Amino acid sequence: MKKIDVYPKYNRDRRSFLKAGGAGLAAAGFLLTGCSDDDDGGTPNPNPDPDPDPEVFDLGSGDLAVLNYAYALEQLEADFYAKVYNSFYAGITTQEQSILTDIYYHEVIHRNFFKAAISGVASESQILPALEFDYGDLDFNDRSAVLATAKALEDTGVGAYNGAGNLLKTPEYLLLAGKIVSVEARHAAAIRSLINPDSKDFAGDDIIDSSGLDTAKLPSEIIPIAADFITTAFTANNLP
Amino acid sequence: MNIIKLLQHFTSANLNNMPEGAMSRNQAFAHLANIGKGIAMAAAPFGAVAIASSKSHARTMETPTEALQLALTLEYLEAEYYQMGLDSGVIPTGGREEKVFMQISKHESAHVTFLKAGLGENSIDKPAFDFTAGGEFDPFNDDPNISEAVSYAQFLALAQAFEDTGVRAYKGQAANLMDAPDLLKAALQIHSVEARHASEVRRIRGLKGWIVQDNRGDGIPEAAQPVYNGEDAIMQAGFNTATDFGADAGTEAYDEPLTGTEANNIANLFIVT
Repeated sequence: MKKIDVYPKYNRDRRSFLKAGGAGLAAAGFLLTGCSDDDDGGTPNPNPDPDPDPEVFDLGSGDLAVLNYAYALEQLEADFYAKVYNSFYAGITTQEQSILTDIYYHEVIHRNFFKAAISGVASESQILPALEFDYGDLDFNDRSAVLATAKALEDTGVGAYNGAGNLLKTPEYLLLAGKIVSVEARHAAAIRSLINPDSKDFAGDDIIDSSGLDTAKLPSEIIPIAADFITTAFTANNLP
Repeated sequence: MNIIKLLQHFTSANLNNMPEGAMSRNQAFAHLANIGKGIAMAAAPFGAVAIASSKSHARTMETPTEALQLALTLEYLEAEYYQMGLDSGVIPTGGREEKVFMQISKHESAHVTFLKAGLGENSIDKPAFDFTAGGEFDPFNDDPNISEAVSYAQFLALAQAFEDTGVRAYKGQAANLMDAPDLLKAALQIHSVEARHASEVRRIRGLKGWIVQDNRGDGIPEAAQPVYNGEDAIMQAGFNTATDFGADAGTEAYDEPLTGTEANNIANLFIVT
């Protein structure tokens, strides 16, 4: 098994996170897993690995790894929007409620789809387990905090799918990822438009480059972002 | 800890990380030039180029060059459409809609430039477009017998159809680019921009940003239904997407591809030569 050539990058990302946001990242468990025996004394993992193997879950290799990776991101989005949906923030408008409800539905469907799809091609032990999440001090009753997180998750999701497309070997999986990513992009535009109506932010210059291209990021760039919310440790040893 | 700031910091940091993107783009172009060699493509408007056809929604058989030529045709169409829309004065000035269409126009023009450069000697000339589709529409309010409001409604309706077509067309070409990973990546990066555009235009029209079943929405004529046919698919790789929240949510959650032939047929409604 190819091992941890991605870790120098993770560590670099981790440093920049720490620098930008201070210590105490919930994701410390993930970021350091596999580097060494260093336990960092970080946040205790609230979701003990059901695998008797002391090693944490690895996403696997090949297309399976990419599917598990997408499944992790969809789990995060579904969990986030479930929290939003189950207790909408104060003063939510009818339009916002409609949009956030739709997105909640879509992300749950995506999550359940990946679980089913992976189950169809992999053994139980190869399927990413149900992850646990921690949103820190995010106030789900605060409109701007909720929408800003939604925007970050959707933009991140788009960049993740765009960057993962050429890691897939099976055309059918690429097509399925394509069917999902454009819906994530539709979400991103709608959320951005809610945050800043009467603007070009739906596809703003902060996210679309001068060639008119959206972001595309590697798993090693995305996972540390997602890991800020994901408390369950896992590794992606075979993904770039 | 401010999670949002962290995420935003990360996002902008990566967006500015251009060298990697620029390099892979150059590689992509080199790759494409190589692919192009040995493929005899007439330097004719796309409408005249024979494309391998397939009835299947799942996969088509275009080469990477053909896939990008289709993309360029659609980008030519969109770029000219928005430029003409902005020039015509049909778009209300000074508010959201002008900002939105200026941004979309900027992106479509950038896509044309990007794809022309990428195709190099395999690039194609811009077709001549007729956005009235033979007198069916008046999106730029050229017809004095049609009110500006009606023209603008048509402008918005066609914009929606073009954007949703773009999303579906790029999606349909993705598998054809699998042997050219850098091109695939770039195509996906355009694909999601088209989807952002589609969402915004649909919402300006009072629709959801996502496609419900195969509904085209008010103001889009039956002739444009091929833009939405097949969007009502419920089964995805054996998974029934309607199980959790019904068929509307299930179909909204997935955009379906168009084959090259299907996309070409839609574009041809607006291509004169």
